[in-house]
Amino acid sequence: MPGPVVGVLALQGAVGLHSHALTRLGVEHLEVRNARDLAAVDALIFPGGESTAMSKLLTINALFEPVAARLEAGMPAFGTCAGMILLAANVIDGRADQRSFGAIDIDVRRNAFGRQIDSFEADLDVIGLPEAPVHAVFIRAPIVERVGPGVEILAAVDNGWPVACRQGNVMVTSFHPELEPDLRMHELFVRQVAA
Amino acid sequence: MAEQFSEGVVSRETGTQLVKRGLAEMLKGGVIMDVVNPEQARIAEDSGAVAVMALERVPSDIRRDGGVARMSDPEMIEGIQAVCTIPVMAKARIGHFAEAQILQSLGVDYIDESEVLTPADETHHIDKWAFSVPFVCGATNLGEALRRISEGACMIRSKGEAGTGNVVEAVRHIRSILGDIRKITTADSAELFEWAKRLQAPLPLVQEIAETGKLPVPLFCAGGIATPADASLVMQLGSETVFVGSGIFKSSDPALMAKAIVEAATNFRDADILAKVSRGLGDAMPGLEIASLETKLADRGW
Repeated sequence: MPGPVVGVLALQGAVGLHSHALTRLGVEHLEVRNARDLAAVDALIFPGGESTAMSKLLTINALFEPVAARLEAGMPAFGTCAGMILLAANVIDGRADQRSFGAIDIDVRRNAFGRQIDSFEADLDVIGLPEAPVHAVFIRAPIVERVGPGVEILAAVDNGWPVACRQGNVMVTSFHPELEPDLRMHELFVRQVAA
Repeated sequence: MAEQFSEGVVSRETGTQLVKRGLAEMLKGGVIMDVVNPEQARIAEDSGAVAVMALERVPSDIRRDGGVARMSDPEMIEGIQAVCTIPVMAKARIGHFAEAQILQSLGVDYIDESEVLTPADETHHIDKWAFSVPFVCGATNLGEALRRISEGACMIRSKGEAGTGNVVEAVRHIRSILGDIRKITTADSAELFEWAKRLQAPLPLVQEIAETGKLPVPLFCAGGIATPADASLVMQLGSETVFVGSGIFKSSDPALMAKAIVEAATNFRDADILAKVSRGLGDAMPGLEIASLETKLADRGW
């Protein structure tokens, strides 16, 4: 039996880096730009980029409702940075017309660490990856301000602010595993997809 | 909140190459728009721009007005930062590291060391390694691109010929950069020394390109993009994002043109979508023949 096909939402952002990570893991993948592409995938990665631009492009490319329906039906999803914002229940400091899917019960604040000069790298302990810390890159990153019941916190910074969460088969990170050669976050997601 | 995690502030490193290049990665597949006031910045963000470039005059006005073009007034940049949730970039003159220091202190997200402004140094570019804010620089060919990267640039854009609405120079620059990269990937190890000499570029960067087949930083396109078809053209040629300067706010319906170019950048290979978004846009910005120009901005930079 062939393995699952993982889609990468390819409207804007770090699409190529996620595809590259999936290639290195030997996972079949597809760039998703429209409803036809979406129908061909078993899971979807929401990449880093600008969440406001992606939110608009989801509507323009007639993808918002089809993606929402798939998420509702339990499609596994992994969102990094802007992707986390798109998957969140509520966005704080976003634009009034910004849309998110509410696929994971968290409230997210955009650009919570400040401007680009405050962007940073840090080593994080991630639950489920005990062998070594994950080196994480935060770029104008969001932070999780509220976590609903049933949401598991996988990693946190600064006195416990969550930066990686999981609920069911939806996983999100404030940081960008796609910028690092370490494949363990992608592996964690792919294992979930295969399960 | 999460009690199982240790207390205290996570130790962090800011201003690293990865953090600087990382932001450029996040801007891929998008459109970066020149804006001169908060109202235009709102239109840009409403249209789905991934970032804005805050400047006092768009290149076509700089070209018309003549005189010395400098860094924008900090008050004007702060006015744009106040209304934007997307990254805000600003321009410093070539070699003018004091302007760059001021822009860094304002907290701009990217500095463009730009030939559109009047150069401040006819020999040296800014030492961009000395800054924690990332820099984008223009290039007309691969040698220039690699010299800028060796000085610390984290994003390269074609220069094109800004303010003309004529895409021909941007096409020349993108083709020249990517054409030479393709040739280098088939060169043998001895030929790489000759390439480094010919390009006046550091050998390790030439060797890296031979191995990876691409620039070590993202390659974006700027200079003369005026329509959705222009955006599609340069992205099909291999540019990863487009800067649009005068092309939006010098067109007859900026909001409509801005949205159309954003849609074109995402769907740059889909001719049906490009046909749809190219319809009824009104007048694009008036264009200029390159041969008729008194000043070629692309010649600035060394």
